[in-house]
Amino acid sequence: MGPVSVATPTEIERPETTEEPVEVPEPDVPWVTVVHNDPVNLMSYVTYVFQAYFGYSKEKAKKLMLDVHHKGRAIVSSGTREEMERDVQAMHSYGLWATLTQDR
Amino acid sequence: MAGHFEPTEDGGAAIALDEVEISILRSLVVQLLELIGPGNEPADQPRPPHDAGSGGEGGGNSVDDELAGIEAVSWPPFADGPSEPPADPALARLFPDAYGPGPGAAPPEGQPPDSEEAARAKRDRAASAEFRRYTENDLRARKREDGLAVVRTLDALTPGERGAVLTLTPQESQQWLGALNDLRLAIGTRLQVSDDSDDELYQLPDSDERKPMVMAYLWLGGLQETLVETLMP
Repeated sequence: MGPVSVATPTEIERPETTEEPVEVPEPDVPWVTVVHNDPVNLMSYVTYVFQAYFGYSKEKAKKLMLDVHHKGRAIVSSGTREEMERDVQAMHSYGLWATLTQDR
Repeated sequence: MAGHFEPTEDGGAAIALDEVEISILRSLVVQLLELIGPGNEPADQPRPPHDAGSGGEGGGNSVDDELAGIEAVSWPPFADGPSEPPADPALARLFPDAYGPGPGAAPPEGQPPDSEEAARAKRDRAASAEFRRYTENDLRARKREDGLAVVRTLDALTPGERGAVLTLTPQESQQWLGALNDLRLAIGTRLQVSDDSDDELYQLPDSDERKPMVMAYLWLGGLQETLVETLMP
């Protein structure tokens, strides 16, 4: 079996595209998990969840809880889309209202 | 220890409950289990007939009889979950969308159909449906297990004249915490609790039909609050 010859293109013609590409989210923008305020969940419980699930310190957990309470929402974690889906699923199992999104 | 949880040495929690409290808790959690339903089938699906051989007091009283309907219904373990959010607001709160603007946002219907907002809402709906298909059955199963654990621990009590002391293992504490929270979410949604409506709800006259549920809601809040404290790292 002889060597496989590979045709090496010396010139690549780049077709001119005028069309906008189909919307592809920026890959390097991280996804985030957002927890939303709700009037039922206890402040102590929300703090507990942030400590128990994310392993945050009491101070950090409490600050995030207060952000949720006063600002209506807070970003509680960031990472890949898969990681954030896991976090959102966990938040739902704790009864917190969470969503994931790619913009801040 | 009456009316509130206290930590135990092994990391669990204990509370003294009287017979009325036990009965109210049990009844509320059974209603929650009925609301959550067996799986991906409608909650009002006919249940398998009870085993007539047990009991003998006319049935319906034993735990096994009562829970048989809830527990015996199996569903294909790997079946896809639903893709649409539940129509019932209390269920929709327990099983929220994973993508989208969250609560309090303007409905996307108000946007012009060709706008960026409308396109985004459409993408969020599709992603939420996908997420729901793969996760909702697990979430439902978890919530059912929590509720069933509460019923089982209550049924294991033998209350005397002055009630009984319920002692939870650390794992049972977690399950109680989840079930108490789900219960408060469901009742809070029914009562339309909001940050603004608090004053009105909490000062209802005795004649108001919502009053007993508000009392239960506040009581459950106290139980959950003290249970959280026992679990705080």
